[in-house]
Amino acid sequence: MSAMWVGSPSEVLMRVATKAAGRKRSAVRRRMTLIIGLVMLGIAILAVLLAPVLVSQSPTTIDVLHPLASPGTGGHLLGTDQYGRDLLARILYGGRIDLAIAFGATSVTLVGGTMIGLVAGYLGGKIDSFLMRIVDLFFAFPFLVLIIAIIAMLGPSIFNMFLAIWITSWVSYARIMRAQTVTARKQQYVLAARALGYSNIRVMFRHILPNTASAVIIFSMVDAVGNIILAASLGFLGLGAQPPTPEWGAMISDGQNYILTSWWLATIPGLAVVFVGVAFSLIGDGLADLLRAGER
Amino acid sequence: MTAPAAEPLTPSIGPGAPLLSVKDLHSYLATSQGVVRAVDGVSFTVHETEVLGIVGESGCGKTVTCRTIMGLMPARTVHTEGQVIYHPRNDINLLQATDHEFQSLRGADLAMIFQDPMTALNPVLSIGDQLIEAVRAHATMPTTQARRQAIDLLERVGIPAAPRRMKDYPFQFSGGMLQRALIAIALASSPRLLLADEPTTSLDVIIQDQILSLLLELQQDTGMSLILVSHDLAVISEMCDRIIVMYAGQVVEEGSAADVITAPRHPYTHALLDALPHAGERGQLRSIAGSPPSLIAVPPGCRFAPRCRFATDECHSWDTELIDAGERDHTARCWRQQEIAERQDSWQRSELA
Repeated sequence: MSAMWVGSPSEVLMRVATKAAGRKRSAVRRRMTLIIGLVMLGIAILAVLLAPVLVSQSPTTIDVLHPLASPGTGGHLLGTDQYGRDLLARILYGGRIDLAIAFGATSVTLVGGTMIGLVAGYLGGKIDSFLMRIVDLFFAFPFLVLIIAIIAMLGPSIFNMFLAIWITSWVSYARIMRAQTVTARKQQYVLAARALGYSNIRVMFRHILPNTASAVIIFSMVDAVGNIILAASLGFLGLGAQPPTPEWGAMISDGQNYILTSWWLATIPGLAVVFVGVAFSLIGDGLADLLRAGER
Repeated sequence: MTAPAAEPLTPSIGPGAPLLSVKDLHSYLATSQGVVRAVDGVSFTVHETEVLGIVGESGCGKTVTCRTIMGLMPARTVHTEGQVIYHPRNDINLLQATDHEFQSLRGADLAMIFQDPMTALNPVLSIGDQLIEAVRAHATMPTTQARRQAIDLLERVGIPAAPRRMKDYPFQFSGGMLQRALIAIALASSPRLLLADEPTTSLDVIIQDQILSLLLELQQDTGMSLILVSHDLAVISEMCDRIIVMYAGQVVEEGSAADVITAPRHPYTHALLDALPHAGERGQLRSIAGSPPSLIAVPPGCRFAPRCRFATDECHSWDTELIDAGERDHTARCWRQQEIAERQDSWQRSELA
């Protein structure tokens, strides 16, 4: 009757086995984006951590004999800037600041915004309205203008840049998490947990949070890229890292004056931003696939 | 209206003592269309070790009644009135209980199992974790002991290879197994009253039977009381000591299971019994014509009148309370019940002819 069973039992078994193997391969392929992203990020983290081992020069040492050396000349693999500082060293040490922004700024806003959204969504009522109006207030301003205003008020420094990001960018997490929590609160397993006499804290953190966190986690990867670009933008505007501290955005900003004669000054830090940005994006995509598969 | 005349005879402690008294409970839901009078003046008492059945069609207020008792209705959109007295805790009125009081009562004294076992467990925690959590929710004990208790519970509700299945996640369980696990979780702190809100509606008939026998067996073992909510009169009549029939947010008939099934007084109960299919009987199933009234704009008069084949003009204009139907604690919300009961026999005869 059924065409599936044409062939000897061993042939059928073989076919089933081949299908299973195919499924396993596709599972690996599905995770490929995540793996590639993690490897790229791993390379970036290792490179900036091992900067003193990888390059002998300090990022601020001036090689008076070789200013604006093109890549590969004068003993500088990626060349030097207008003061004769080694570009590779500056990229690696500068990456420390950009990656610190990616992790430090993002993790704090991720955790803070998630908590606020969770509480607002679960408790509802006046607390919810109050918190969400604050969120609306932040969304009413252009994001970059708000950050620039805060830094201008506090004075340009790396810590103030962190502070400005912490103050402003938790709102996206709060809004996403609140929406997720409001939906989850109506789920029967939440009702069942409450029917067992579990405290609000327990219901929120043990029952709702693990079921709703995937959205904010995936968003945090996008946000990390955004924060690196933000740090670079602020550096470019002179509101981030102050000279002579190397930072990718500031390096691009410095390099643009020489873009016609010494292209590498702006291009190489730009590529570094792109590399880390792509790494985070791939991780975000990979996580989205993985977490959504888990929800099914 | 059902003044408990037999009060001096009922003991205040032990089997037969009142455990939970619901008095004139109203639960009104605010919706964008208007106020839904989901529960409108419901009174009943559950006694210790008793199995009370609540029956009625979808949307008649059974689930809202249960959730109001458990304090699970959202306070902002639901207005409740009346009293829900839980006797073992100094006659505490659950409608006025604080969050903290409710948290100590839920699980430990009152537990509930839900309609759809597929969604009533947290999908990201293993069955074992959720059981252990329930065991430890109202008693402090080391993890190993909680784990042992959790496995005991799983075995008690008939899950084979319990230690191995502790590691499984809800999606690895079948519907029937999930409902067993949920029962185990509900029983973790040995509640005195279990509210089972249509526990078998989403399960197939064989599993339904197994789950119901399990519930009854556990009820007898532990001596807890059970409120069994169902739209299935056959299930209710088989399992319960007493039956409450609900229609459009009100109790229309209450009495012992035997009385309600064999000598129903309210036309709605009659109609429900008529609608039961009988195995081996051929022919068309009899349904109840029409549909339940909107609970937003409730018409005056008896709420069942528009669908009642015995209704007269008076029925459409004025309503009654629960009226004593003669036998022990048997009441029905119909002022013509006596007349209808007498006519019922001739009705059936003429319909057969």
